[in-house]
Amino acid sequence: MAEVSQISEFGKILIFLITGIILVALMFFANRVIAPNNPTPEKLISYECGEEPTGNAWLPFNSRFYVIALIFLLFDVEMVFIFPWATVFGSHEIQAVDHRWGLFSLTEMFLFLGILILGLVYVWVKGDLNWIKPTPTRPMVDTNIPLNLYESINRQQHTLKKFSTEREPITATATASATISTSTTTATAPTIRFKPTFKK
Amino acid sequence: MTPDLTHEGGGVMVTKLNDLLNWSRMSSLWPLGFGIACCAIEMMGSYASTYDLDRFGVFMRPSARQADVIIIAGTVTFKMAERIKRLYEQMPEPKYVISMGSCSNCGGPYWQHGYHVVKGVDRVIPVDVYVQGCPPRPEALIGAILELQKIIDGESLVNG
Repeated sequence: MAEVSQISEFGKILIFLITGIILVALMFFANRVIAPNNPTPEKLISYECGEEPTGNAWLPFNSRFYVIALIFLLFDVEMVFIFPWATVFGSHEIQAVDHRWGLFSLTEMFLFLGILILGLVYVWVKGDLNWIKPTPTRPMVDTNIPLNLYESINRQQHTLKKFSTEREPITATATASATISTSTTTATAPTIRFKPTFKK
Repeated sequence: MTPDLTHEGGGVMVTKLNDLLNWSRMSSLWPLGFGIACCAIEMMGSYASTYDLDRFGVFMRPSARQADVIIIAGTVTFKMAERIKRLYEQMPEPKYVISMGSCSNCGGPYWQHGYHVVKGVDRVIPVDVYVQGCPPRPEALIGAILELQKIIDGESLVNG
């Protein structure tokens, strides 16, 4: 166990890489062997939820995105510059050679960022970041109904009917209506509103 | 080269591979997320938490490219039959069909006078399992899945 390992750290990574590639290749090969392969023209057309695909998949893209793409590119490059700067910014070796290095590099980077942010402010003020949105006009009608009328309705809680296992006193009402004259009972009797007619 | 399963010497590897394939196929039946009519409501119910078809490895897929089984849940009209046929054709092999409910089994209530209804989806695509009911309960659909798993378990790699 005292002897030095023959494989370097990079060698281990190489072994991992080779094992990974061989495993994936084996899986793909097994898949190719086992999986049924039956391509038909119907199967090879693009999937459009069962519909027959029409037209071209290459659609025109909104050209208004180009401003956003340009600004993205600007700040992307900025980020690319910041990363190498960050590695040498706090370097003690350069600091030992010239003690002004830290302050110098910091102000340099802030200058660079400031110029770019100025560009962003310019774009912002010019209104290029705004997406042109539709401005719908809400129809306002002057009604004479006061708003507190709705409030009184909204304040009402939903109330349940009181539940009871007893049945409605039908007999009591029936006797009560019976005491009233016969003319009212005929009026309360259900009348047939719709009478279906059949052809003979 | 045709491996013979009945041969005593060489069948072991093939049968073991066969078992593995069938097991993996029946344990992850991915249906196409596809509902046509009221049976689809019951199908959704069986996917949901109460019945949870995910227990059986049944997991809805949005694309026919990833689906193993298509559940015809509802009335198949002639207009829809064309689409069903195309969706079925676009599914990769091995593919299975579950016909759910009377409408897709035989036309259901439209068996006689429905001028627009296909009298059974099996006139368009081959059906493996039929589920009776109008609409069938989620238990019936789960039964169909189990039935389909039995069918897949009996499949053979060599003899098709």
